[in-house]
Amino acid sequence: MRTILKMGLAGACLAALATATAQAGDVAPMDVKFTDDGVMASLTGVAGDAAKGREVFSNRKLGNCLACHVNAEQKEHSFHGEVGPPLDGAADRYSEAELRAIVINSKQALTDKTIMPGFYSLKLGVRVNKKFAGKTILTAQQVEDVVAYLSTLKE
Amino acid sequence: MNSTTLKWAGLLAAASIFAAGQAIAGPDNNKLMIDGKELVTDLKGPEGGPLEHIYSGWRFRASETQAFELDDFENPAFPAVDLGEELWNTVEGEAGKSCATCHNDASETMKGVRASMPKWNEKLGKPHTLETQINACRTENLKAEAWKWEAPNMLAMTSYIGLQSRGMPVNVQTDGPMQSWNDKGKELYYSRVGQLDMSCANCHEDNYGKMIRADHLSQGHINGFPTYRLKWGGLGSIHRRFSGCMKNIRATPYKRGSDEFIALELYLASRGTGLAVETPAVRN
Ligand code: HEC
Ligand code: HEC
Repeated sequence: MRTILKMGLAGACLAALATATAQAGDVAPMDVKFTDDGVMASLTGVAGDAAKGREVFSNRKLGNCLACHVNAEQKEHSFHGEVGPPLDGAADRYSEAELRAIVINSKQALTDKTIMPGFYSLKLGVRVNKKFAGKTILTAQQVEDVVAYLSTLKE
Repeated sequence: MNSTTLKWAGLLAAASIFAAGQAIAGPDNNKLMIDGKELVTDLKGPEGGPLEHIYSGWRFRASETQAFELDDFENPAFPAVDLGEELWNTVEGEAGKSCATCHNDASETMKGVRASMPKWNEKLGKPHTLETQINACRTENLKAEAWKWEAPNMLAMTSYIGLQSRGMPVNVQTDGPMQSWNDKGKELYYSRVGQLDMSCANCHEDNYGKMIRADHLSQGHINGFPTYRLKWGGLGSIHRRFSGCMKNIRATPYKRGSDEFIALELYLASRGTGLAVETPAVRN
């Protein structure tokens, strides 16, 4: 049972300011190669940093993954969303290449009906706010960092 | 899935325990009683409609927030309602008239108005929202200046007029000349917008009842507007809420009063057909 929370000022779920633009040397969003086994190659060639990825995961202005996913590994954060499946043990269910594909563009990796945003995709909705036009939600390196972090979620 | 227990150290006063896995909390079972009268906050959706069951947003709020709406003395929107009543009776403009000059006692003449807005207007060749109707009366009949969409006086007047329909079932026209507007609203409702690439339906149809981080998703009905939001610290219009949701998904909102938002308002009203008007509702 859930005790009802007073959520008065807890803030908007997904509003944010940070944006991301492609860096030279990164695989550009339109050039990402999806295979049946996921996205095999790193987007940057630089190994992901799981500690940074952990921060991207919870940060409301970056991944804000906690908006939709329960993640027992981040107990210090108060609010975990229920819109997506819990990510406990995600690395037991998916390979690194699959996790990379899901984060880059879940519509391509999971189902085109999903609510989950494509974090490194430019196939966006209409009327993108001009602050974010032509930009991906995360940078290529932030994607690699999140993937490194997700790869640590084992049960 | 296991039932790991997460500690929800509340950001505000409240703290609670949430057992992941068990508790996708839908609407609660509380009853909305105001002045000893129960307001309809849920009903079966129409056959073939998008919602099997229709629930007022009130049913998804925390009981502390719900409580504000149960008692007009606790409801923080009521000072604005009082202002609305005063404005109703105030002579303004070159014609030397007040609203009351033409419409007399609002509790009789304005009954049912909120419940049937937006409403087709032949002269205009489009639907009137409550705001545009008020401004039409001000400019044409009072010969006074139009109010801005979100002006305190406008919110006071829409609350006061809306209150006269409190408890009545939402019932808008969607056929005849309204049909193309309703269709347009539906198209907007299901369109993915913004950098986050989401539609209204993604949250309010597919995921109502679930938490999206700290927010408990409702079906996004508009039967309570203008609504007093604790977060706003005041009343806001329907179009202000649309604008906020669009900004959250990093889209450029349409303008308040635009044809797009009028169409969306009509479509949302029709999705909530049968819910009681709660104006002025209270939400977090
Ligand atoms: C707005 C909601 C939302 C956000 C934000 C979101 N996700 Fe998801 N995610 C989902 C949903 C819903 C699914 C399930 C797919 C479906 O059926 O739509 C999913 C599926 C997944 C899966 C597969 C899980 C499984 O067990 O099958 C992973 C991994 C994942 N998301 C990771 C992430 C990461 C990492 C982020 C942030 C960078 C993120 N998600 C942000 C909604 C979201
Ligand atoms: C990312 C999720 C999300 C999307 C997409 C979204 N909303 Fe919302 N909306 C919310 C949240 C969270 C709230 C506050 C809690 C609630 O009532 O659901 C809310 C509240 C509302 C309310 C107030 C309901 C009430 O009872 O007072 C309306 C109306 C509304 N939304 C309409 C819309 C419309 C129209 C769209 C599309 C343009 C939209 N929303 C898109 C998350 C979303």
